Parts: sequence; structure tokens; C-alpha cells
Amino acid sequence: MRHDEHEHDAISPLQLRVRALESVLIEKGYVDPAALDALIDAYQTKIGPRNGARVVARAWCDPQFRRWLLADATAAIASLGFSGRQGEHMVAVENSADLHNLVVCTLCSCYPWSVLGLPPTWYKSAPYRARAVKDPRGVLREFGVELPESTRIRIWDSTAEVRYLVVPQRPSGTGHLSESDLAALVTRDSMIGTGLPRAPT
Amino acid sequence: MSYRSNADLGGQELRGAIIPEPEGELFHAPWEPRAMALTLAMGATGLWTIDMSRAARETLVNYGDLGYYEIWLAALEKLVSESGALIESAIRPPRLLRAESVAATLARGTPFERAPVRAARFAVGDTVRTRVDRPAHHTRLPGYARGKTGVVARVHGTHVFADTNASGLGECPQWLYTVEFDERELWGDGLPVQRSTISVDAWEPYLEPV
Repeated sequence: MRHDEHEHDAISPLQLRVRALESVLIEKGYVDPAALDALIDAYQTKIGPRNGARVVARAWCDPQFRRWLLADATAAIASLGFSGRQGEHMVAVENSADLHNLVVCTLCSCYPWSVLGLPPTWYKSAPYRARAVKDPRGVLREFGVELPESTRIRIWDSTAEVRYLVVPQRPSGTGHLSESDLAALVTRDSMIGTGLPRAPT
Repeated sequence: MSYRSNADLGGQELRGAIIPEPEGELFHAPWEPRAMALTLAMGATGLWTIDMSRAARETLVNYGDLGYYEIWLAALEKLVSESGALIESAIRPPRLLRAESVAATLARGTPFERAPVRAARFAVGDTVRTRVDRPAHHTRLPGYARGKTGVVARVHGTHVFADTNASGLGECPQWLYTVEFDERELWGDGLPVQRSTISVDAWEPYLEPV
């Protein structure tokens, strides 16, 4: 699939199609237009990767929460207020010095929306879905991540309704940081496995 | 009856670039958020299941030429048309997602686990082989993982079976497993060593004992 390059000025044929469909579905009583605005607002302002970053930072700070997260991610994550659509059945997988986890959906674009929000374009793209399972080191290199040869890679293809959250390794030199400072180091890509957390400044 | 998914991409030789994207960059055209929201709002009506949506998307003949929200839009148009929702005598929607219930509806989600009615056939550590044949309907066993031998890594309980749920044949819940494969089992010995294992989540009917 190509990257979208639609112009933003004139009304595009796609814009017209969406408007036509929206109008007829509202007219027929299937859609509340205010609900559309509420859905867009939810994913623009409330449900995104900062949710997942809070989960990871808590796991870094609280050994008991970490154990709970690895044993029953759905419940542990819900305890922080994050639950629901496309996060109904969560599994957290933890990176270590010897093991790196990488998440993909080769069949469509399954993604843990409740903790990461809407998936990025590359996650839904054909090249990522095709190559992540077969050439993970090549894919990681495209994200600027070079893993030691000795590190094992564990790839999770999300083919059912289980959704995976990667718990990256806590960066060194962060012992003095608060949980919220730590959350700021947790990138979206580090929770998919295509990136690593930021180093503290 | 033939059924062809154009979305089963794992392991294919697709050389296009993977372009990283900043965290806040959610949409790339003004129609995309509306298409996303329309898809979710219509999904909430209960006129079709999420597996029917996936089947509608993956069978688009021009799937590979479309951007992702274009796929969503084309599939939504198809689902609306095929559901009969727009004919004059159409029945009222089973449910209507109202603005005031959006937050609660998203937070609730739609859990897919069901109470088991029989014991699981496999346990963690069991060696299993995936089915070779590709059924003539929506299914969730990727092509690269067909006819392969792996090990059960997790048992997830009994989940709604995508194959039947996509075909309007009901939920028919089945035990769901994470099955882990060594890279050589999937791709052979000819490729550069990645030191990787790959898993899929597979319902019990996809698996047989070894």
C-alpha cells in the first residue's frame, strides 16, 4: 500500500465518498454525528501511546505491578484506567538483555488501541507486515535499531484478538527519575518493539 | 466457492521502504478521521461482526493499491450495501452509538473470550502441526504458518472463532493458543540467521497433535 499523498486543499473524491456515506447513514438513523466527533476526539486526545508509557513506567518502578502485568496484563492495565476496544485481551512481553520482542499483524493491522491508540501508517503498511516476521533485524535497522547478534528475537503475529504490549528495558542511569519522567522516555515504537526507549538527558 | 484474501502478507518479498512516523501524526487527509469514526460507529450498531469487517477488507480486489483508510472506507461501503441497511424497508439498527456513550463503549470494548464447554486439547509445551489446507472462507492462520510444526507457548482460553464469526455462522468459541515456531521451520535454512522465533495465535481447529 502506498503512503497517502492526497492534497489537503480541494475536496478530493475520497472526501466526497466519505461525506456521501456519512450523510446517508445519519439520515437513516444508523449514526449519531456527534458520536463521530467524540470518537475522533477520543483517539486524538485520550487514547494513545502515553497510556502505554504509563503502564511501562509503572512496571519499571513497582516490582509487584510488573509481576501482575506479566501474569495478567488485561487486569493490571485496567487498574491504571486503560481498557476496552482492541485491548480486551492484553499480553505484556518483556525485553531483556538476551531477548527482544517485536509485534506485528501480518493479516491486517491488529494493534493494542487501548494503550497505544491508532496504529502508525508503517505498522499497517505491506512492507512491515511482510518483512517483520522474516527479516526482523533488517526491519529494525530501518528504525535505527541494531541488536547484538547474541540477542534472540521473539516476533508476535497478532492473528486473533490477543493484543501485545512490549515492555522495553529500562534505560541505564535512570535510577533517580520519577515515574512520570520515566514515562516520557517510553516511545510508542519501543512498545511495539521497533524502537528502544530514549536515553535520559 | 473460492475465497481469496489479498491481505495475507507475512513473509512475502515486498521491498518498499518502511517509513517511521512521529507519534502525534494520526491522519494524512481530512477524510481519514471521518472514515475511521464512521467505521467504528457502524461497527457498534451490531449489523455485522469485526470478523465480517476483516473479511470485507481482505477480499477487496484492489487491496494492494489502497491506503489503509481507503481499505476501511471501501469495505464499509461494501458492508453497508450488502447488509441491506439502505433499502427503504430496512429494519432499525440493533444499536445506535450515541455521543454520550462513546467513552464508556470504548472502555468496555467487546471481549471475545467465552466460557469453555470442553477441556483444551493442548497444553503449554505440546508440539503441534498447523493445518496445510487453506479453507474457502475468512481464516486467521497465515499462509507462512501452514503445515508447520511448533510448540504451544500460551493457552488463552476459549475465544470467538473468527472463521465462523466472519461467515455469519455464529461465534462457535474454540480454544485459542499461541504457537511458537523456529525461524528455520518457517523459512528453511537458506536465509541469514536472525536468531528469531515467530508465533501466531491459533484456534484449536487450526492445529493437530504431532
